[in-house]
Amino acid sequence: MIRPVILGVALLLAPNPAFAGDSRRDAIIADYAKADTGHAGFSAQRGETLFRTQWKGGDERTPSCTACHTDNPRQPGRNAKTGRPIDPVAVSVNAKRFTDAGEVEKQFTRDCKNVLGRECTAREKGDYITFMMGQ
Amino acid sequence: MTLRTLLLAAVLSLPFTAPARAGDDWVPPVTDPLVKKECGACHMAFQPAFLPARSWNKMMDTLADHFGEDASLPADKVAAIRAYLTQNAGDVVNQGRARKYMRHISGGDAPQRITENPDFLRKHQLPERVWKDPKVVTKSNCPACHVGADRGWYEDD
Repeated sequence: MIRPVILGVALLLAPNPAFAGDSRRDAIIADYAKADTGHAGFSAQRGETLFRTQWKGGDERTPSCTACHTDNPRQPGRNAKTGRPIDPVAVSVNAKRFTDAGEVEKQFTRDCKNVLGRECTAREKGDYITFMMGQ
Repeated sequence: MTLRTLLLAAVLSLPFTAPARAGDDWVPPVTDPLVKKECGACHMAFQPAFLPARSWNKMMDTLADHFGEDASLPADKVAAIRAYLTQNAGDVVNQGRARKYMRHISGGDAPQRITENPDFLRKHQLPERVWKDPKVVTKSNCPACHVGADRGWYEDD
């Protein structure tokens, strides 16, 4: 009986995206898919481009997502304006990410305005989460 | 309880009884979970004792432009946070460091930046290299230097 328990614990602890599934995150993704006109699936690659692009329209201290989240979303970041530490965004190291719809919407609203200088589209939000789910 | 146990209990409880040491370097810490979460989302949840109630009222009225940031929140959360901040404001609690901060704020003023209070400025005459440290980023990043800032302790580190 002990061995299956150890195996189970080991699997739970392993940073494997296959075990990072969460029905609340799935529901958030599904909502963005519904709001995405002409939806043809979300793309991790587009999400990564969004994450790394140097935008022009936002706050000059936060020209890209990486300004606070660093180039590696599996690493902790730091708020470029306040200095406050930020937990990693990658789901593999921070399973709580993208599990509270209200929080996700609030953060996108604030961050997109600051980084892109505009709201993000449902497609961009879905792409971003899809990228972070593979990270 | 024997006298000895009583004495022991008294001695042991001393370091944990904040007001017993509520000297100049202390303000009451934030205890409200909503205030901790929402105010602490982007920066340290500053203790309300550093500003008077009218400052917090003004701040909660202007969240859409919060130091250049849109920090808007649903009305029910705004109301709950406002209640906590104003009930624990510096001119209400007047404890610890708050007394000194309040002395510099005249009746009608509703300052928004804790870091502009003369008492803050007097205690933070530091070389430029300290402020330029990448961990500091901005003067309002108290925990970068004050390890006990979240608990209301601002002793010299």
